[in-house]
Amino acid sequence: MASVTLKGIKKSYGVTEVIKGVDLTIADGEFTVFVGPSGCGKSTLLRMIAGLEDISAGTLSIGEQVVNDLPPKDRRIAMVFQSYAIFPHMTVRENVAFGLTIAGAPKEEKDAKVAEAARILQMEHLLDRRPSQLSGGQRQRVAIGRAIVRKPAVFLFDEPLSNLDAALRVDMRMELSKLHADLKATMIYVTHDQVEAMTLADKIVVLNAGIVQQVGSPLELYHQPANLFVAGFIGSPKMNFIEVTAARSEDGRAIVSATDTGPISAPVRTSVSAGQKLTLGIRPHHLALTADGPIAGNVRLIERLGHETIISAALPSGYEIVAALAGDVGLTLGQPVRLAPETSELHLFDASGVAV
Amino acid sequence: MSAQVSSNASTSRAPDNHGLRLAVRYLVLVLIAIIFIFPLIFMIMSSLKPDGQLLSDTRSLAAFLPVGDISFDNYVDAFKRAPVLLFVTNSVIVTGVTVVLSLVVCSIAGFAFVFIDWRGRELMLTLLLATLIVPFETIAIPLLLIASKLPWIGAEGLTFGWLNSYQVQIVPFVVDGLTVYLFIQYFKDLPGELIEAARVEGATWWQVYRRIVMPLAGPVVATAAILKFLAMYNQYLWPLMVVQEETYRPVMVGLQYFFQLNRAWGEIMAYLSLITVPVLAFYLVLQRAFIASIASTGVKG
Ligand SMILES: Nc1ncnc2c1ncn2[C@@H]1O[C@H](COP(=O)(O)OP(=O)(O)OP(=O)(O)O)[C@@H](O)[C@H]1O
Ligand SMILES: [Mg+2]
Repeated sequence: MASVTLKGIKKSYGVTEVIKGVDLTIADGEFTVFVGPSGCGKSTLLRMIAGLEDISAGTLSIGEQVVNDLPPKDRRIAMVFQSYAIFPHMTVRENVAFGLTIAGAPKEEKDAKVAEAARILQMEHLLDRRPSQLSGGQRQRVAIGRAIVRKPAVFLFDEPLSNLDAALRVDMRMELSKLHADLKATMIYVTHDQVEAMTLADKIVVLNAGIVQQVGSPLELYHQPANLFVAGFIGSPKMNFIEVTAARSEDGRAIVSATDTGPISAPVRTSVSAGQKLTLGIRPHHLALTADGPIAGNVRLIERLGHETIISAALPSGYEIVAALAGDVGLTLGQPVRLAPETSELHLFDASGVAV
Repeated sequence: MSAQVSSNASTSRAPDNHGLRLAVRYLVLVLIAIIFIFPLIFMIMSSLKPDGQLLSDTRSLAAFLPVGDISFDNYVDAFKRAPVLLFVTNSVIVTGVTVVLSLVVCSIAGFAFVFIDWRGRELMLTLLLATLIVPFETIAIPLLLIASKLPWIGAEGLTFGWLNSYQVQIVPFVVDGLTVYLFIQYFKDLPGELIEAARVEGATWWQVYRRIVMPLAGPVVATAAILKFLAMYNQYLWPLMVVQEETYRPVMVGLQYFFQLNRAWGEIMAYLSLITVPVLAFYLVLQRAFIASIASTGVKG
């Protein structure tokens, strides 16, 4: 068990800097998820922690020890790869025991630990098979089994579920959650799937273009996104953004309006000045149909999911606003609607994209 | 495919079609096999015939048939004329040791080029590839001069000059650009995450090489072994230059014995048949190993 501390971590390939200074503390036993769009540097950051990439600048500590110059094998980590990376010429048993074999563990110890891992992952019946005789989900279990037998201080996962089909992914996600609860180990998990991030994480680190955008619990990121990027990235369907102008602000709220909407009152954390250009963020789930809502548009798209109905409505400016309405709503295409936002759940961002 | 789903009438025709295609494929393969095997048959049949009949038979298909005056006399004479067993033993020793050393050294070199980051790697790779375009004949004389002066510690203590020895036939051929290149190409195609996973699991570079990379390298080991074996077994120019004593002479140089004084084609054929035996044995063994390695690793095309 160990904490992981990153101080001013940078990574460059030649002249291109892909990680631009990351400071981060991951507490012992915490499940931390790195999330961000493709190419933002999540894998690179994880691989630097694993010791598979050199660190260009900064210090990385695992526990109390600075590990910048330690090879992967001395970092007390285990890693699960997107491609599973299980050895095709070994049986499942040999794969799971690989780290122990390398360390020269006696046979009884290996057998006991492999049996234990197989029990946790429910793959006792697979131990004598070869990887080519396994399904994708089973291979992923083997990869996880190989990681857990050595009792590493830190587990690293690089998009471990992205090669699985949707149903299996949900199952494995729950199993990973249970595994974390059982092992109480520090886990760092990379994904670009924000649902995985929300459901698994104690702490989410949102990355974009090699820069940490925000660090916080899933609900913090959901309710108090620090900037436009995080607001747009976390939450599904995506948050609506409307360009607005502040009319006035009074005791923690600002009255804003746009060509598309009537006046709307939104909470502000800092302050805004009258006439300031702002971006108003409204989550689709915080919109409701009302007779006199400030946002008026025509229905362009209806998706009926049973428990909710996702609609898209065109505002006068042409902007299409998305609303997730509870239950089955009787609407038809082209019908004019009026929507009202839940005023306590609105977000305002200044011209540089920072939440105000 | 579409024929199978469309109707019953057409599904019954599909297997016929398939059978026909299979038959054509086999026919082509058999033809190719025959083209390759006829020289061998000619060699073996001729080795059983006296010279007069051997030459006259070449005018008809009888050249490929065991007809007329058949005996093993040529073999007996071949053994009288040259120390065949000694030559075969020499060649097998030189070839076998070179192949084994070459596979070990060249695969380690290939491993270092592909998986390990070291200063000067690009430059060394360029130099290595440059050696591919240098023909052996160009460097034969300088190599001879070097080999004639090199020190060696053997049974008689420290001596200088490697001429007339096994090592002079082995050492210069242990490392060659082509074999290293074969390994480099194969290793590049192995999934990098396998190697990374092994390293994270605690394996040293040596353990990654021994336990992960080499067990997956069956096909390239077989290819490299065959190429090396043939090149070494067929060595002629170099041993002619560096081996004057019969004790270390390999099979191809031994062929000279049959072109001196009274030339006997039957004996030549007998000698050639004898020295082909190790090659065939090697192929058969390797073919089995090759198939077994593909079956066990599941690394398929
Ligand atoms: N060896 C390399 N040389 C140069 N640039 C690289 C190298 N490896 C990665 N990069 C660049 O670094 C950036 C971050 O890559 P990384 O693999 O960390 O992205 P990621 O966030 O994991 O993306 P994904 O979700 O697609 O896996 C990318 O822009 C990539 O092009
Ligand atoms: Mg990645």
